[in-house]
Amino acid sequence: MVEFTLPANSKVKKGKTFPVPAGATRVRKFKVYRWDPDSGENPRLDTFEVDLDTCGPMVLDALIKIKDEIDSTLTFRRSCREGVCGSCAFNVDGTNTLACIKPIDDIKGDVKIYPLPHMPVVKDLVADLSVPYAQYRSIEPWLQADTPPPTGERLQSPEERAKLDGLWECVLCFCCQTSCPSYWWNGDRYLGPAILLQAYRWIVDSRDEATGERLDKLDDPFKLFRCHTIMNCTSTCPKGLNPGQAIGEIKAALIKRG
Amino acid sequence: MASGNRPLSPHLQVYRPQITSMLSILHRMTGVGLVGGALIFTYWITSATYGPEAFDRAQSILGSWFGRLVLLGTIFAFYFHLANGIRHIAWDAGWGYEMPKLRASGVVVLVFSTSMTFLTFLAGYWAAGVI
Repeated sequence: MVEFTLPANSKVKKGKTFPVPAGATRVRKFKVYRWDPDSGENPRLDTFEVDLDTCGPMVLDALIKIKDEIDSTLTFRRSCREGVCGSCAFNVDGTNTLACIKPIDDIKGDVKIYPLPHMPVVKDLVADLSVPYAQYRSIEPWLQADTPPPTGERLQSPEERAKLDGLWECVLCFCCQTSCPSYWWNGDRYLGPAILLQAYRWIVDSRDEATGERLDKLDDPFKLFRCHTIMNCTSTCPKGLNPGQAIGEIKAALIKRG
Repeated sequence: MASGNRPLSPHLQVYRPQITSMLSILHRMTGVGLVGGALIFTYWITSATYGPEAFDRAQSILGSWFGRLVLLGTIFAFYFHLANGIRHIAWDAGWGYEMPKLRASGVVVLVFSTSMTFLTFLAGYWAAGVI
């Protein structure tokens, strides 16, 4: 359902400011969303001043520095720090991206960091992703084939394999999923761009034999057709993939088969 | 979808407006606006069947500065919805999903609809002999 404002318990209050130690020359302000489940208080926006001369180049480097040196209670997911694990997905400077591959220098002014939009917050920058994970499970993201497996691998031609390019690279960070206004308003029933890109990854796989059943399940006014080609998904994907196009391909496949 | 006492993370409040999403919501708003525009047009054309006084009244309402502003908006809604509708058909035919094409086609739609609105109004004033 469309709700333009945040519920009362979700309104973001002014937070604390942590000034940089004296002597720093290249100072940037990092405004970070905080919410402590044990406090019973509303979320707040804390301001951390960071000396960029003693900080790595990426937004994640600054978050790690803040956690190390200023406030160890700052909570966020991170792992690979090179854009392949998909953990450190946040709303940075107004769009969703992976903090580990987002250079601080790309951002003008204060660096604002929020959790992925329109999701329940577990703590600070950690969003509850259980709904998208359940939706991912619902598309049965594994190879399905009735023909008995050959002695070796199931083979593909180079052309068939090329159809998976631009799909297999998805790291399920849910940047696209949570950039989509349609997913904001209908996230309980619309599968969203990340899940639909994954669904298409199996539909287009020449080795998979459940294409018809997969299309049957997606042929639904909410699961698939809440996509209105808004295209915020493609615009924000930190891996440069095109979930909007993948959804378009599913719609086209449904029309072609009649 | 906030569960328990968990807050809902900010969305519209923090998401930077994108050319993608702004043109999308404009498409929907112009679609709604066109329904209103169709009603206005129907009022204008049926007023003629009620006689000269009714038609003069309609003319004066639509000819007021506010009426002209509404007509300007309706004409923009018409051209934008038309052009962006073609953009949607192109997507459905599988064309134009890449980010550079998305931006370019969006700019083309905006330039087309603003200039056509301007030209249509100009043509209207010219036909009325005002300019």
